[in-house]
Amino acid sequence: MSKEEKKVNRRDFLFTASYTVGAVGIGAVIWPMIDQMNPDKAQQALATTEVDISSVEPGKSITVLWRGKPVFLKRRTPEEIAEARAVNLDDLPDPQKDEERVKEGKDEWLVMLGVCTHLGCVPLKDKGDYNGWFCPCHGSHYDVSGRIRKGPAPTNMEIPKFEFVDNNTIKIG
Amino acid sequence: MSEHEYTPKSKAGKWFNDRLPLLTLGAHLTDYPTPKNLNYWWTFGGILTFCLITQIVTGIVLAMHYVAHADLAFASVEHIMRDVNYGWLIRYIHSNGASMFFLAVYIHIFRSLFYGSYKSPREVIWIIGLLIYLLMMAAAFMGYVLPWGQMSFWGATVITNLFSAIPLVGDSITTWLWGAYSVDNPTLNRFFSLHYLIPFLILGLVVLHIWALHVPGNNNPVGIDIKKPSKDTVPFHPYITIKDAFALLVFMIIFAGFVFFTPNVLGHSDNYIPANPLVTPAHIVPEWYLLPFYAILRSVPDKLGGVILMFSAIFILFVLPWLDTSKVRSAVFRPIYRQFFWILVIDVLMLGYVGAMPAEGIYLVLARVGTIYYFLHFIVVMPVVGYLEKTDPIPMSISEPVLTGGAEPSVARKVNDKI
Repeated sequence: MSKEEKKVNRRDFLFTASYTVGAVGIGAVIWPMIDQMNPDKAQQALATTEVDISSVEPGKSITVLWRGKPVFLKRRTPEEIAEARAVNLDDLPDPQKDEERVKEGKDEWLVMLGVCTHLGCVPLKDKGDYNGWFCPCHGSHYDVSGRIRKGPAPTNMEIPKFEFVDNNTIKIG
Repeated sequence: MSEHEYTPKSKAGKWFNDRLPLLTLGAHLTDYPTPKNLNYWWTFGGILTFCLITQIVTGIVLAMHYVAHADLAFASVEHIMRDVNYGWLIRYIHSNGASMFFLAVYIHIFRSLFYGSYKSPREVIWIIGLLIYLLMMAAAFMGYVLPWGQMSFWGATVITNLFSAIPLVGDSITTWLWGAYSVDNPTLNRFFSLHYLIPFLILGLVVLHIWALHVPGNNNPVGIDIKKPSKDTVPFHPYITIKDAFALLVFMIIFAGFVFFTPNVLGHSDNYIPANPLVTPAHIVPEWYLLPFYAILRSVPDKLGGVILMFSAIFILFVLPWLDTSKVRSAVFRPIYRQFFWILVIDVLMLGYVGAMPAEGIYLVLARVGTIYYFLHFIVVMPVVGYLEKTDPIPMSISEPVLTGGAEPSVARKVNDKI
C-alpha cells in the first residue's frame, strides 16, 4: 500500500530529526559537565609569579612554587655552563642546545619546571650520573642543563615562559 | 529465574508478592541449588559482599567527619583519629578493610583461574567481575589520596601523570583530571566525590554479577555441568550460608588482627607527613595490592610503553575466556595447565615483591622476566596448552567419584543419601 509507505517515510523523518535534536541537546548538556573539571578562574589567576633572585649565589639554586608546581631557578657557574655546552647533541635522547634553554645574555640562569617528565615527581638536585638532577621515583638522570640523559623520562625538563623584569627579578608565567 | 512457582503462605504475603515478587526472589535465593562439593575457595563471594558493605558503612560514617579540602583534609583525618568517638576504630577498619577487600578479591580471581570459572557459559560473570575489580582499584586509589599525606599527594601525581603518556592530548587530559596545573585542591575535591560514588556503582555491578551467576549456576571444583536440582546439589540455605558464615568468621578474625594489632603495617609511614608539593618522598610505592602492576610499569624503559603494558596486563584478562582453548574447566583434571597456574601465582607474587623494591639491578631484571612471563602465560601458554594437553578423565557427575572411587563406598553412600 503506497499510502502506508508514505506514512512510514514521514515517521522515519520525524525519528531521525528527533534523534538529531536529542543528540545535540545531550551534547550541549554534557559539555558543561565535562568542562567544569578544567582549571577554574581561581586556578588560572595564579598564572604568574615574581621571584627576587638577588640573594642567589653562583652555583646555588632556589625553588619556588608556580601554579602548584616547583620551579628551579639555578644560577650556574661558568664551569657548569661550559659543561652543559660541551655535550654532544647526539648523546641526548631529546636533543636541545643549552643556549635554547636559557635567555641570551643571562646564560647563568637556568629556570625550569622542577617536574620530572616521566610521572611528575620532583627531581633531587646535585644528584645522578650527570652532575644535574636525579628523580628518585623511577630513576631518571638529568644533566646540568636539565636535559634527560638516562632513564624512563621522555623529554627534557620543561622551560616555562619567563622574563627578567630587572636584574634582580624574574617573572614566571 | 526460579525453576518452581513460589506461593507465599500468608494472605498479606500473597497480596504483596502478586504486586512485587520480592518473596519469590527471596525463595529463589534460599532454595538456589548449589553444587554440593563447593570447597572453601568458594566462600570468598560472601566474604567480598561483607567487605563491600563494611567499606560503605564505615565510609559513610567517616564522611561525616572528614573535610575534603587541601588545607583541612590532613588535620580532619587526625581529628577523626584523636577526637571523634571510636574514630580510630572506624578509620582503621576502613583503611585495613580496603586491603582485606583486595586480599579476598585476589583469592576469588585465582579461584576462578584454577577451576575455569571464567569459561563458557560464565564469560559475562567473569567480565562483570573484572569491571568490579577495575572500579575497586579506582576507589582504593582515590581513597588513598583523601588523607592528603605525602604518599597521597605523590601517588596521585604519579598515577594521574600516567595519562600524560597519551600522545597529543595527554597533557590536556591530565590538566582536566587535576582541575589545576598540578595535583591540588580541585583534585582532592573531585576524588572525594568519586570515591563516594564508586562503591555504589560496585554494588550495582555485584547485583548483576550474582544475577549472571544464577543463570548457569555455580561452577564447582570438578568443573562439570550438573543437573539442577539433583543429588549433586544442595539448597543454598542452610548448606552454603553456614559454610560461608564459618569462613567469614575466620576471615573476620584475621581482619580484626590487622585492625587491633598492626593497623598501619599495610600502609606507609610517609602518609603521616602532610602533603608537600616541593618534596617527593625517596621511595614512592603504591599500596601492596597494586604492586604487581607497578612493577610491570617500571619494567619498561619507555614512558608510553610502560603505561600501555600496565593497562594491557589488566585488560588481557577480559579476553581470557577466548584465549583458553581447553574444553575441560577445572585444573584438577589438567595436569599441565595446573603447573603453569602455580607458576603464574608465583610470578604475580614476585612482581608484587619487586614492585616494592627500587627499580634497579636484580629487581629490574626480575621485573622484566616476570612481566614477560605474565603475558606469555595468557597469550601463549593458555591457547597452546589447551590444544596439546592430555587431560585426565572427568567424572560423569559430582557423586560419581565418591560412589565408585572412594575407599569406603558404604560410608560415602550413606552421606550421599542424607543429602
